Order: sequence, then structure tokens, then C-alpha cells
Amino acid sequence: MPEKLHIKLNVNGKSEEFLAEPRELLIHTLRERLRVTGPHIGCDSSHCGACTVTLNGKSVKSCTMFIGQANGAEITTIEGLGTPDALHVLQESFREHHGLQCGFCTPGMITRAAKLLEENPSPSEEEVRFGMAGNICRCTGYQNIVKSILAAASEMNAAKEAAE
Amino acid sequence: MKDDVELTREDRVANLKGMGCARKRVEDARFTQGKGNYIDDINLPGMLHGDFVRSPYAHAKVLSINTEAAMALDGVIAVLTAKDLEPLSLHWMPTLAGDKQMVLADGKVLFQGQEVAFVVATDRYIAADAVELVEVEYEDLPVITDPFEALKSDIVLREDLAGQTSGAHGPRKHHNHIFTWEVGDEEATNQVMDEAEVVAEETMYYHRTHPCPLETCGSVASMDKVNGKLTVYGTFQAPHVVRTVASLLSGIEEHNIRVISPDIGGGFGNKVGVYPGYVCSIVASIVTGVPVKWVEDRMENLMSTAFARDYWMKGRISATKDGKITGLHCHVTADHGAFDACADPTKFPAGFMSVCTGSYDIPVAYLGVDGVYTNKAPGGVSYRCSFRVTEAVYFIERMIEVLAIELNMDAAELRRINFIGKDQFPYQSALGWEYDSGDYHTAWDKALKAVDYEGLRREQSERVTAFKQGETRSLMGIGLAFFTEIVGAGPVKNCDILGMGMFDSCEIRIHPTGSAIARLGTISQGQGHATTFAQILASEIGIPADSITIEEGDTDTAPYGLGTYGSRSTPVAGAATAMAGRKIRAKAQMIAAYLLEVHDDDVEFDVDRFVVKGAPERFKTMAEVAYAAYNQAIPGIEPGLEAVSYYDPPNMTYPFGAYVCVMDIDVDTGVPTIRRFYALDDCGTRINPMVIEGQIHGGLTEALAVALGQEIAYDDMGNVKTGTLMDFFLPTAWEVPNYETDHTVTPSPHHPIGAKGVGESPHVGGVPCFSNAVMDAFRAFGLRHSNMPHDHWRIWQTAQDLGLHK
Repeated sequence: MPEKLHIKLNVNGKSEEFLAEPRELLIHTLRERLRVTGPHIGCDSSHCGACTVTLNGKSVKSCTMFIGQANGAEITTIEGLGTPDALHVLQESFREHHGLQCGFCTPGMITRAAKLLEENPSPSEEEVRFGMAGNICRCTGYQNIVKSILAAASEMNAAKEAAE
Repeated sequence: MKDDVELTREDRVANLKGMGCARKRVEDARFTQGKGNYIDDINLPGMLHGDFVRSPYAHAKVLSINTEAAMALDGVIAVLTAKDLEPLSLHWMPTLAGDKQMVLADGKVLFQGQEVAFVVATDRYIAADAVELVEVEYEDLPVITDPFEALKSDIVLREDLAGQTSGAHGPRKHHNHIFTWEVGDEEATNQVMDEAEVVAEETMYYHRTHPCPLETCGSVASMDKVNGKLTVYGTFQAPHVVRTVASLLSGIEEHNIRVISPDIGGGFGNKVGVYPGYVCSIVASIVTGVPVKWVEDRMENLMSTAFARDYWMKGRISATKDGKITGLHCHVTADHGAFDACADPTKFPAGFMSVCTGSYDIPVAYLGVDGVYTNKAPGGVSYRCSFRVTEAVYFIERMIEVLAIELNMDAAELRRINFIGKDQFPYQSALGWEYDSGDYHTAWDKALKAVDYEGLRREQSERVTAFKQGETRSLMGIGLAFFTEIVGAGPVKNCDILGMGMFDSCEIRIHPTGSAIARLGTISQGQGHATTFAQILASEIGIPADSITIEEGDTDTAPYGLGTYGSRSTPVAGAATAMAGRKIRAKAQMIAAYLLEVHDDDVEFDVDRFVVKGAPERFKTMAEVAYAAYNQAIPGIEPGLEAVSYYDPPNMTYPFGAYVCVMDIDVDTGVPTIRRFYALDDCGTRINPMVIEGQIHGGLTEALAVALGQEIAYDDMGNVKTGTLMDFFLPTAWEVPNYETDHTVTPSPHHPIGAKGVGESPHVGGVPCFSNAVMDAFRAFGLRHSNMPHDHWRIWQTAQDLGLHK
């Protein structure tokens, strides 16, 4: 058994420190070690995106990243995007536009969408579809997901303008 | 407790958020915040993890299993094999289709990925390590993956059935044959064919695929040895059935078993069956006395739990020269894999395939189905459809297209002249079904007008000319489909699973302050039951949907029901909800009359209150009645306000729809581009238009997947070629178009609120619609039929075979 690694992470603003086997996958660290169960496991092969988190400012599929590769990282999951009293605009928008059904893909979907809108605050429909192609949904057929993201983008831009 | 400001009747109706309201979903708060509670989120103290050793061979003898090295690994608690399960008689289990299936390999394996041993360890990594350390010695046997070959072969796949000339569904013709199922009059059908002016024949293969919900299957079993109680959490579309089966298999009394379906990450039929993983987690918990979790990974899901389809269909359809259909003959060779684990009602070994006369008035018909064993995974579930209805509708919608080619007729017109007429309902089909209601001509005309069908045909014909003149390399396909589904099983007299009648249930308790909880025998997997069932109830009892909690999936609290699949929740449990609501209303009316000091017959229900007839200013709201029900002594009436209804539907419901797909196909790359998809659905009374539209989008996308690429493929050695999402096609946002939805409303005459169910319609109608679009693009060049899935390569191959490449 290889030596355990000394890991430090910041997850949703909280510092975590522990020893872990190098082969531990980030998704298991989050879900089982830290009980951050928003990100889900859908495919084990980075196709479905249910495990998507934001790691050091990039969308990452946490099911195929070893914990050693994530050492020192700053990670945001769905739990870090909003609170029950102050939801993220996307969390509101997905509900408003029926952008989810079984909900299993939703945490990864919203986490990715939040990053997408940071990268491109005013995407076209085509850019949303392309930018979300790493996240699979089996229930909605995407139409309402795209609608939710475009609506959130408008709302966020309007809020930004109002603030300026 | 009256409102200070008197609301208008309209306001009061709106406040209920009842039937017809596009109410936002109550489920979404937890799902959008990452607070869903799915099977893999369940983490009990001291919980162990189970993992399977699986067969790399599709057919082999198991000579020995050595677990020594695995057991020696630190953290491994147990390794179960068939030998360990045999004393409990759990090394085999009954399937839902009346066959039996190995829980763990008993002397041989019959498909790649079959469960051989179950490792239990303190964490999932150790369990996975231990799986690698279990040494299994195999002797490989000849493999059969083709059902036609299976029926000719001397190789016996199921030695355990040796000498059994009869199975759960009648006589067996061969040692690899499972059943023959026949419906209709074959002699009369053949006679009609012999005398017909025109007969069209076609053979088509509806390929094997998989429901592939985003969440795989899993369970957590927890045996509490102190109290003798077993709790099983799992991805169960039918939790009560699981409880009964678990009791029968384990010998634990049913009241000591509690089955809980937590949030389910999509089902689509995958989570109807009973799998070895469920059984092993239960046995392991009983053996170890601590909770045991089993969750399959994606590859295990695609290889071992519940495939769908795999039907070889041979059809003949006869008609007069001017296109009036006179008869239909269908024979199916059904590949069921290694064990017959179809999830169909007992009397229907090929499900409702006998609805294959479709939406057409066909006087004579015959259907014969032969089930066959092969070295492929067991299953045969209804992937987003009601028991083989997708196969039936694909079959008839292809036969119509083939007949149109034979007659040189327009396929839309051929459909129109053969539709069952509005005045023919209730309609008795040649294969024994009574269609409850429909208005097909109206729906079809609306659909064709919406897409400007004639304009599309003109454009298509111009495109063909341009293609022939070398001006374009793109062809245009117009896909048509008109489908009739048969959903909502019961009735109990026809439909049971393992002897359990397919009714469903709802229990309602009204609280003293005028809010309520209702529990049902169904379980949502994304359909939004907590939202929509509250709407049914709001309209029935006048309590706002926002004040009604809907709970499902816990067998200790929910009334017995047969679960959610085959679009049965709204037709059956939805009816039970309305009926239970009406019982509440009946008692509430008596209480209201007492409070208003008038006779029971002198009050009437109006939206959210009981009003004295002719004196609308004198009323009691449902909330006032609820308070009185608990807190006021009323002569002759017991305290409390609750009701339960078990609903056995008198008939199934028959939703229908008209779909049109417009597709452009690049002949040189085989890439199809969906330009337009119009879907008109008639699901009877509409409960929540937003939820309905969401179901249509999702079902169409699953149909797109199946028609255009999704497949569970095997090689000749029985190796699964599509075991990951790299190979198994799930469309992304990039491949999926925007859909146009539309509707007509033809209520079901026998359902309490006229609703028919909708979740599966788009899949049922979508698969033939996308497929017909592909084939229609090549009709002008002589294509009659080509099999799904129409991925880029196959479309390119079709063009190649027709000589369309330079």
C-alpha cells in the first residue's frame, strides 16, 4: 500500500485537511469523506458530468481526478453556489423554467452553467448548447435547461447593469 | 377564519393551483440545492460495501471459485458464492416473468457480466481490490447470441430446465425456446392475405437497447437483529412489490420488512426488475448484522440490469388497391437473453405487443411471439413505454410506410383513410383491446396543417430533383407517426405481476388547520408526483396544492400499490387520489351541513367551500370543516377527516398523438440534422401543462437516441461492445433540437378526471417518427426499409447501398 498523502483542500469556503490514499477519487473525497453529496456519480468515465465541480476556477469532472491531483485546490460544488435564503440565480431559473426532472444531473448541470456564464456572460443558444455538452440529462431533452440558462444570463446581466 | 377581503371565485380557483395549472415543482428546491437523497447518498453507521465478481465469458462452466486471497485482504468481511446462498434457497430467484434467474453463478455462467461472487468489505476500494483477488476457473462453452440460431442449435443453454416441455407461458418447442404467445385469428388473417389485392411484407429488427437512467441501480439493506426488522432502501420503481417478494424469499414476515425508495435518479423501466445485487445486499446484511450497500457502476448497469427491446418482427399487411387495410399478420422472435426476466403482467409474456394494429381500423389480425434464450443479459423491460408498446407502434408505423410504398400512395393519406373513426369509440380491436376514446382525424389534420405538410412534400420533391441534377448533396426526410398507446395497467382481472393485482392507492389525511398529507402506492423518478398529485387533490377537495404534502415510497407509511412504470401513475394512482378526495368531500359535506344547520342535500361544493344552495353568502370553507371535524362533537359522525382509496381501473387508457419530423441528411457523411419536430399529444385531461411539456421533450430525446444510435451490441463471442458512455449513445444538448409541442384533449370516459397518462407517449411515437424521417429521405431512391439505429455510419451505408455516392 503506498504512503498516504497529506491533503489540504478548500471546499465551499471551508478548509479541510486529511490523509488519503493517492488513488482516492475526488468525487469519493467529496461524497464520502466530507459528506458533500450534491455532486453525483453517473458514469465513472467523465462523460455524463453529474460529478461536475469548479476546481481552481475551472469546470472539472471529479469522478476521474485523483485526490493527489487536487491537493491544495479551491473547490466549489452546488452546495457552495447558494444558500436556501439566497439562491443562485441559476437555482431559481432551473425551477422557474422546469429545467430538471429527476434532479440527478442538476447539481453538475447548474455548477457547470454557473462557470459557463462566468466565461461567457451573454451566450447565444448555440454557445449554451456547446458549452453544456459535457453534461448529460436523461429526462428533460435539454430544451428547458437551455431556456433556464439563457434566462439566468439575462437576469444576471440586468442585475449587473442596474448595479452599475 | 374567513378571509377579510372576499375573493372572487376566479381568485379562489387560482389559489388552489389545481388541475390545469402550470404549477412550479415542489421537488425542485432540494434538487437544485444538491439536497436530493438518492441511494448512494444513504450512509448508515457501520455500513459495509458490496461489489460483484462478474463473468468475463458469455457462456462457460464455473469449475471452481477460490476466495482465500480475497478473504485474507484487510477489510474484507465476506465473499458470498452460490454455495453460501444455496442453504437459504437464494442462489436462484424467481423473475417477474415466471422464470428463475441465478443470483450468483450456480455451476455455469450464461452471459458476460453475470454475477459470480459478492464481496463485502469495509469500503468500496477494498471491495474492488478483493474482487480482483477472487480466482474463478472457467471452462468456456460455445456461445449463441442469435435467437434464430438458438432455436436450431443442439447446445443447451438452460440445463436447469432440461426435460421441461412447458414453461410459465405454455409449451416449449425446443430446449432454447421459452414460450409461444398467440393472439387473434391466424387462419382468417391468412385467408384475407390470400385474397387481398395488395400485400406488403417486411422484416425488421428492433435492436437491443437500455433505459440507462443517469443514476444506476443500487440498494442499502439493514438488518436490525435486535428487533428482527429488515429495512431495504433501493432504486425501486415498485417498492411494495419488492417488500412482498423479499418476504416470500427470505421468510421474514412482511410487517418486519420496510422498503424505502428514496429519490430516484430516473428509471425508464430499468428499476422495475429485481436484481441479484438487491438480494445479495439483503443476504449480506442478514449474515453480517450491519448495513450493506450495493451500487452498480455504469458498465455493470449496461451489461447486466434490464435491457429493452431485441425483437425480430416479420409483418404482412393487406389492403385494397385504394388503400383500405384488410388484415395484419405479425410474428416476433423475441430474444430474452439468458433468463426470462421481462417485466410484463403475467398473462402477457410479450406485454401489450398486441396493440400492434395501432390507430387503424383493421378488421382481422394475428400476432405470434416466440421467446428465445441466448447468451445475452436478461431483461426485456419496458424502456419508457407500457410493456412493449414501443415495439408495437414502431412495427405498425413501419408497416404503414411500407404499404404506402407498395401502393405508391402518400403515407399521411394512407393513415387518414384507415384511422379508427371518432364515432367508433369505444373501439374493439381485432386483437382484443377496447380503446376508450379518441379523435384521430382531428389530431392528424391539426398536425399536418401546423407543419404545412403539402408544402414540405413540394420542397422535398424539389430537393430530389436538385440532388439528381447534382445541385445538392443533401436529402430531405419527412417522418410521420401516429400512435395509440395502451397504458395504466390494471384492471386486476387482466393484469397482475407475480399474482399481485395491478391496482393502486391513495390515502389522505386532512389536518385540523386545513392542510393535508396524501400518500400513494406509486413512486416518482422525476415525473413530479409531489407537484401534480397535489393538484388533482386541490381541485377535488378545495385545499390549495401548496398546503398538501405528497409522500411516496415508504412501505411502512404508504398504502399498498404496484408502483410507477407503464405510465400507470396518473391513470391508476391518480384515479385513486381523486376517489379518495371524493370520500373526504362526502364526509366534509355532512359536517358542513351540520355547521350550517341545513340538510346534507342542501349544500353543494364550490371550489374550496360548501355553500347553501341558493344562498351563496352562507358557506363553510374546507379549512373550517377540517377544524370542526377534529374539534367539534357532531352527532352521528366520527371525529377526524381522512380517507383511503384502492382503485382498480375498469379499463386501460389510450393516449394518442401525431408527430412530424423534418430532417436533412448529408448523403456523403450520413449526418442527419433535425430541422423541425412537431409533437401533438392527446393525453386526455391535462393536469400540469408545464410538466407534460417537460415529459414530451424528454421522451422525444430518448426516442431520438434509440432511433439514431443507441444500442446494446454484442460480438459473436457474446462480448458487450457498448458497455460505457463512450460507446452507448446518450444525446447531449448539442445533438438535440428544440421541439414544438401541441395538443388536443379527448378525456378518458372511464377515468374519474379523464386523464390518460403522458410520460411515455413521446418515446413510443418518437422512435418511428425519427426513423421514418431517415427512411423517407431515401424513398425516392428505392429504399423500402432499413433497420435502426440510424447512426451516421448506417445512414451512409444506406446511401452507399442505393448507389448515391459518387
